[in-house]
Amino acid sequence: MSTRGDKGIIRIIVVAVVLALLLAWAEGDLAFIGIGPWDAYFVRILNLAAINAVLALSLNLVNGFTGQFSLGHAGFMAVGAYTTSLLVMTPQMKKTVFFMEPMFEPLDRICIPFLPALLIGGAVSCVFGVLVGIPALRLKGDYLAIATLGFAEIIRLVLQNVRRLTNGALGLKGIPHVVNLWWTFGVGIAVFLFFRGFVRSSFGRALIAIRENETAAELMGIDIFRHKLLAFAISSFVTGVGGGLMASLLTTIDPVMFKLPTTFQILLTVVLGGMGSLSGSVIAAFIVTFMTEFLRVVEEPIHLGVWSIQGIPGLRMVIFSALLVIVVVFYPRGLLGNKELTWENLSSPVSRLFRRRVAS
Amino acid sequence: MTWSLFWSNLANAVSLGSLYSLVAIGYTMVYGILRLVNFAHADLLMVAAYAAFYGVLVFRLPFAISVLLAIVLTAGVGVLIERRAYRPLRDSPRITAMISAIGVSFLLENLGLVLFTGRPKSFPVPGFLGASTDIAGIRVTNITFVIVFVTAILLLLLLYVIHKTKTGIAMRALARDFDTARLMGVDVDSVISLTFAIGSALAAVGGIMWALKFPQINPLMGMMPGLKCFIAAVFGGIGNVVGAVIGGFLLGVAEIMLVAFLPSVSGYRDAFAFIILIATLLFRPTGLLGEKIGEKV
Amino acid sequence: MSLLDIRHMTMKFGGLVAVDDFSLELNPGELVGLIGPNGAGKTTVFNCITGVYKPTSGQVVFNGRDITGMRPDLITRLGIARTFQNIRLFGSMTVLENVMVPLHWRLRSTFLEAACNTLRYPAEEREMRKKAMALLESVGLAPFADYLASSLPYGSQRRLEIARALSAQPEVLLLDEPAAGMNPRETQDLMEFIRKVRKDFHLTVLLIEHQMRVVMGICERIVVLDHGATIAHGSPEKISRDPKVIEAYLGVERHA
Repeated sequence: MSTRGDKGIIRIIVVAVVLALLLAWAEGDLAFIGIGPWDAYFVRILNLAAINAVLALSLNLVNGFTGQFSLGHAGFMAVGAYTTSLLVMTPQMKKTVFFMEPMFEPLDRICIPFLPALLIGGAVSCVFGVLVGIPALRLKGDYLAIATLGFAEIIRLVLQNVRRLTNGALGLKGIPHVVNLWWTFGVGIAVFLFFRGFVRSSFGRALIAIRENETAAELMGIDIFRHKLLAFAISSFVTGVGGGLMASLLTTIDPVMFKLPTTFQILLTVVLGGMGSLSGSVIAAFIVTFMTEFLRVVEEPIHLGVWSIQGIPGLRMVIFSALLVIVVVFYPRGLLGNKELTWENLSSPVSRLFRRRVAS
Repeated sequence: MTWSLFWSNLANAVSLGSLYSLVAIGYTMVYGILRLVNFAHADLLMVAAYAAFYGVLVFRLPFAISVLLAIVLTAGVGVLIERRAYRPLRDSPRITAMISAIGVSFLLENLGLVLFTGRPKSFPVPGFLGASTDIAGIRVTNITFVIVFVTAILLLLLLYVIHKTKTGIAMRALARDFDTARLMGVDVDSVISLTFAIGSALAAVGGIMWALKFPQINPLMGMMPGLKCFIAAVFGGIGNVVGAVIGGFLLGVAEIMLVAFLPSVSGYRDAFAFIILIATLLFRPTGLLGEKIGEKV
Repeated sequence: MSLLDIRHMTMKFGGLVAVDDFSLELNPGELVGLIGPNGAGKTTVFNCITGVYKPTSGQVVFNGRDITGMRPDLITRLGIARTFQNIRLFGSMTVLENVMVPLHWRLRSTFLEAACNTLRYPAEEREMRKKAMALLESVGLAPFADYLASSLPYGSQRRLEIARALSAQPEVLLLDEPAAGMNPRETQDLMEFIRKVRKDFHLTVLLIEHQMRVVMGICERIVVLDHGATIAHGSPEKISRDPKVIEAYLGVERHA
């Protein structure tokens, strides 16, 4: 028993060190020994993938584990992105950006470090989550989906119209680019570990019980409304943080970014990875993000000597939406279903292969 | 507000309401039978509008012929969507089918963006429809009358089909009790196909008339009206055709009048429908005319 | 004093009277059968007691406290647990986890402690596991603790339903057709099991069954429902001779 525990700890330490070295290499922190940083474009994709993983994890908590189908994610992302951005932008930048109408006092002079801003962004998003959740979570299934979609759209319209707070449709520019791989992977890993602990705990069992059979869960003494709301609140906090990271990575945001297609894309990731699988969401987030970049090829002209094939702009999204339908119709369980990728099931095919070798 | 302005707003409101009604019917029929929010229904508006657009401008067909072809094509697309994306999931959890519907909607929109580009196109409005008529000093475009007239005719036709024909009775039987109807020998697949055909054809008419009323078409044109029409269907009582019509009509009228009387909130015009939705779901989830669908424990 | 007292309970759905003026007192330690043909309103009685439905009129008093129309989870916490006619296990969870769910509400740790597995939580989780495991042992399901609930054979799923209800530590246990779909031999075993459980856990049991025969040997008292109305009430011997009961049952058989 103890050797197994020791093995586990050693494994964790090894993984952590390898990951830290990789991140340091990629970010150029190891430049003093003459290696790194990695290609800036590649690093950017890694950052995006990690943020998408955070967003997918948080959607999965509500849709996959609790079985409450929410389509309001873009709205909470927007709240987090705007809150964080408005807190970290410098007063001069705010003055430049808000040239149509001046910003509310005293927000125009406030400028705080990124970490507290990110957390406040998450907290504000969480408050919105609770405010939306209290009425919406009384609904079930598709009605819940449509209601949350409606709330998200209302949030977006408010952002678009309260110009003195959000600069309206013009959006925000010049958001400090603070995030790097340490931030995105740090938050990503923290969220993953927290969620893993949460869904494995008694609370996770309660949420899964609600998903499996709401009536039975309630008759086993679980306050289903409070638990749904808890999942929703945690999810909107994390989504808000994801939005804040995204804003800092992109440095510009506007309300159009937070329309329905954004939610769809996160949903695609979750479905692809498997509703109810945390590791599935993470893997799918990396697959989708990298595919999005690699598939850029199909949208750009390809030159083959004298011939050149015209690229088709927008084709990537066609491929992704077709993928969503195909996955749902033919592989509704996604990559991992509701299972998790663990050391055991990762190593078992390898060891089985090995054992077969030995046997033969 | 002057009287003439009020009347022209009212004309506008009535025609918008009619359009909403027409599209809401498709949502309510599909939901009634399959308990599925057919997200892709919204994008059929776009399919129909572009089909008619290409029929007139590229294939040089007479307007009426292109419209007819567009309606047939859209109905076909609707049936095809059901067959490929919903039918395989009929015995899966309802949410799975809804994700599929979201995917199809997403696919149609993105296909539209690739095929037609995101740039809006001007829809060819025949001269007669674009012209206006003066009634007691108020100018009303002819399309307004056409919309209301066409909607009324189609609605009567639909009610006849639903209540007087064998197929219509089979549809209502399926909506009431899917399994029993199946056991009683209702040919489920063909009735559902027909439901999608009818709903999609109505959406096509709605989409083309939408394009006549707002003659700039783009691949995402169906998204917002579609959502609103679903809301109208919920508001009227989902599953109930007359409810969808009333809901669509009231929503259209309320939306125009709200902006007419309170211009300061015009930026929130699209939010209004969602507020109605949330209020309906919370205070009267069965809508105006709907029946309660309970869960058996 | 009676433990559970149902007074003049009526439940209407629109024009349909599912349960009509139903009264029943359960004394501590009793095992009472609630029988009647299909559609007689038996499950509706359970739904009204456990808060799934709010009765149209009448009262449910438990331990001297009026619980009519209370939220289902709160009623369970007071000490009434039930099983379901159509099995409602948490299919993707293991047998052990199923039995741990009813212990959740007693948890004192916050979700932060639970997610980070620190402070009060590890001890509580260990305690829950121990309790659940002990319960599985006492009902003979321990060997299957790590199996998925949905992978169990039908009879064991029925037992697990009962074990899960027991895990809520009830005073009153409501069993909704626990023998549905079982052959006579399995039914016999299950009735033996119920008798044992009732003794070991000091329970008061209300048992729904639509086959009269099954409950005759095990129940002290029997209530017969037909079309929502109570048509007979008394000892098994008395019930089996009651002409109204015979008619209700024969009537059903004639139609069937």
